[in-house]
Amino acid sequence: MPSTTGALPETDLFESFLEAEKAKDLLRLSTAGSVDDGKSTLIGRLLYDSRGIYEDQLEAVTKASVGRNAGAIDFSLLTDGLRAEREQGITIDVAYRYFATPKRKFIIADTPGHEQYTRNMVTGASTAELAIVLVDARKGMLPQSRRHAYISSLLGLPNLVVAVNKMDLVGYERSVFEAIVQDFRQFLADAKIQSYFVPISALAGDNVVSPSNNMPWFDGPNLLEYLESVPVGSRSRRAPFRFPVQRVVRPDQHFRGYAGTVASGEIQPGDPVIVLPSGRRTTVQGITTFDGDLPRAEASEAVTLSLADEIDIIRGDVIVGVDELPQQSHAIEATLVWLNATPAQLGARYRIKSATRQSTCTLNSIEYRININTLAHESARSLEMNEIAVVHVDTARPLVFDAYESNRTTGSFILIDPATNATVAAGLIRRSYDEGKSGRTAQFEWQLQNGTLVLSLRNSNAGFTASTDEESSANSGPVAIEDIEAADALEHLLRRLRISLPNRSESEEGDYTI
Amino acid sequence: MLYSIGKDSSVLLRLAQKAFHPGPIPFPLLHIDTGYKFSEMIEFRDRYTAELGVKLIVHKNQAALDEGANPFAWGTQRCCGALKTTSLLDGLRAGAFDAAIGGARRDEERSRAKERVFSFRDKRGQWDPRNQRPELWNVFNTQVHPGESLRVFPLSNWTEMDVWQYIHAENIPIVPLYFAKPRPMLVRGDSLLSIEQPIPRLPGEEPKLVMCRMRSLGCSPCTGAIYSDADTVPRIIEELVGMRRSERQNRVIDHDQDGSMELKKQEGYF
Repeated sequence: MPSTTGALPETDLFESFLEAEKAKDLLRLSTAGSVDDGKSTLIGRLLYDSRGIYEDQLEAVTKASVGRNAGAIDFSLLTDGLRAEREQGITIDVAYRYFATPKRKFIIADTPGHEQYTRNMVTGASTAELAIVLVDARKGMLPQSRRHAYISSLLGLPNLVVAVNKMDLVGYERSVFEAIVQDFRQFLADAKIQSYFVPISALAGDNVVSPSNNMPWFDGPNLLEYLESVPVGSRSRRAPFRFPVQRVVRPDQHFRGYAGTVASGEIQPGDPVIVLPSGRRTTVQGITTFDGDLPRAEASEAVTLSLADEIDIIRGDVIVGVDELPQQSHAIEATLVWLNATPAQLGARYRIKSATRQSTCTLNSIEYRININTLAHESARSLEMNEIAVVHVDTARPLVFDAYESNRTTGSFILIDPATNATVAAGLIRRSYDEGKSGRTAQFEWQLQNGTLVLSLRNSNAGFTASTDEESSANSGPVAIEDIEAADALEHLLRRLRISLPNRSESEEGDYTI
Repeated sequence: MLYSIGKDSSVLLRLAQKAFHPGPIPFPLLHIDTGYKFSEMIEFRDRYTAELGVKLIVHKNQAALDEGANPFAWGTQRCCGALKTTSLLDGLRAGAFDAAIGGARRDEERSRAKERVFSFRDKRGQWDPRNQRPELWNVFNTQVHPGESLRVFPLSNWTEMDVWQYIHAENIPIVPLYFAKPRPMLVRGDSLLSIEQPIPRLPGEEPKLVMCRMRSLGCSPCTGAIYSDADTVPRIIEELVGMRRSERQNRVIDHDQDGSMELKKQEGYF
C-alpha cells in the first residue's frame, strides 16, 4: 500500500504549498442542535467530504454501525467519541473536530443540544467565531433553536448560520424554508449577530459542500462555501492594547520581562503603556521572543515585554495602551451562566479567574434570571445548572476589565468553588455596578505602634509604589496583600467595622486604626 | 513535562523553550521507559536533552519487567497497563508532580476529541470523561487538592499536519525512525513489524528489507512501520497530503477492543 501520491514535488512547488498553508486562516465554529437534528451527520459529512476522516476511522465506524438503525455510513458515529455516547446514541460533551479545505482551516466545537447540557454549548461557543444552528425543517424553530441562537449572540459570536436541515423530508419545499427564515429574523431582530440561512440535507448532501439540484430556487453559497468565505479575526486587532501578564521572566539581573499573550490591539517598542491596577505609566522598551526581538506584536501573539522603568508587576496585572483605559472595580455586574449541579448561593464565596488574574469574590445579588426560551427577566434567589442571570459580584482584589462586548479576554471570567475546585460558572462582564466605588483596591499600608496594628489604605490609582527603604520595611511599610484570602478577610473586617473605603476624589490615602 | 521522544514531544519542547525564553525551561522532563522503546529513540533522547540542558527523569516499571512483562506473554492490555499506565502514575507520584504536560492532540483518536486542555485527574490518577470541568475561552482552572493532579495538553488543537509543518518551519530535530530507509522488517499482511526486539515469528517467516518509516513512535513490538520513501520532512508532508489512514492505525493497542483508548485513559494512561 504505497501512500505517496505520484511524483514528489519540485522544491519550489513544495515551498508554494507551504506558503499557501501558512496563509490559510482559521475559523473556529460551534455547532448546536438537538439529538434528532442531524448535527453529527452534518459534521461527519463535512469531515468526510473534505477528507478530514481517515479510512481506518471510517472502518471502525462501519464495524460499529452493525445493529443500529442507520444508513450505509452512520456519520454520527464518527463524532460521538465516547463509549457511553455510542451506547446511548447521544452526544454528552463538547468534542473538538479538525478539518481543512484548500482555503481555510476549521475547528468545530461540537456540542449537544438537549437542555441539560446548555453549559456545553456555552463552552463550545466561548472560543468560536461562528455558530451553526441546525433546525429540523419539519419542526421549524423550536425552543432549543432559540436557545442556541440566543447563547451564540450572548457569547459575542459575530456570525450565525441557520442550517435548515432535512429539506429532503419536506420535498425541498421553498415555502417551508422561508417560513423558518421569517421566524428567525423576527427572533434575532435585536441581536448584533450577522446571520445566514441555508437549506440543506445533511444525509443526502444537498447544499453542504456542493450545490443542490433539488433546490434550484436557492442561489446562495452552500454551507461550506459560506464557511470558507466569511471574514474572521479582524476585531481583536483593532481594539485597544491589552496584555494580561502571565509570568514575570527574570533569568538574571540584567533582564526583567513580562510574558503573556496580546489579548487585543498591537504594540511597538517606544509605545507608552500603563500598568494596572497600580496605574504606573512607562514605555515599552523591547519585545523579546525566542526568535529574536520584534518590531511589533499584535493580538494573539505570545511575547515578552520589557519596560523602560522598574515597576513592581506580578502575574495578573494588565499592561494596557494609554488611550482607551479598561475599567477597574471590585463591584462587577455580569451575565452569569451557571455550570454546576450545585446551585449558586447568594453570599457564597468563590474563586474568580479573569484572564491571568485570580482573586476571591462573593455573589452579592441576582438582579434577574433570563428565561432563555422567552428572554423574559425573572426574579431568582438561586441559580440552577444551565441557568443564566445578571448578577452582582464583589471581588477581593480589583478586577481590571473591559465589557465582554468589546473584549472577550478581559471581559470574561470563571468562578471556581473553593471546596471542590469545580468550575461552577462562566461570567460575561457588563460593567461596574457601583461606579462610585470603582478604583478602590485592597492595598494596605501597615505599622506596628506599641503593639497596635495601624492599617492605612492606599488607592492604587494614585501610583502606589513599594518602599525600598529596608530598615523601615522590617516592621512597617506599604504592602500589597498577595494572599487573596487575607486581603479578602481584611476587607470584610473593615466593612464590618463600618470603615468606609475612600474614593479617590476624596482622599489619596487613609489611615485607620483597628 | 511528559517526554515520549516522539515528534509531538519535540514540538512541545520547542514551545517550552519559547515560552520561557530568555529563561531556562523551569521543569524537568519525565520519560516513561517501557524497556521496549527503539534504541534510536533512547539515543536521541539522551543526546537532545543534554544538548538543551534540560533535566531528564527516566522512570521504568522494573518490577513488572523482572516478572517478564512483554506484549506477547502478557497481552497488549496487561503489558501497557503495567509498563505505561502504572509506571506513569508511579513516576508522577515519585516526583510529587501536581501537573504533567503532554503532547497529546485531540485529532489523534475519538475519545481524545473530548479531552480538556487542562484535564483533571483524581487521587488515583484517573479520568472521568462524564464529569470534566467545563473549559471556557482560554481561562483555565488549575486548582487541585493535594494528591490530585492535572494533565495539560498544549497541542490539543494541533493536527498532525500542523505538527509536521511546524517541525519543518522551525527545523526541529526528530528521531531518524520517522524518515524512510530500507529496514529489515517482518511483513505480516498489511503490517510491517520491526525485528529490533525478538518477536514470535510465524512458520517460515523471515525479515525482508523494506523501504519504510514510522509514522508514530511507541514500543518496537507494538509499533508497525508504513511503506514510504519519504526521507525528508518536506517529503513526509507531501506524503501526508495524500494519506488516507490516520497516524494511530499502526498502533496495535488502540484496536484491542472498541473504545480501548478511552478505557486506558480512564485508568490513567496518557
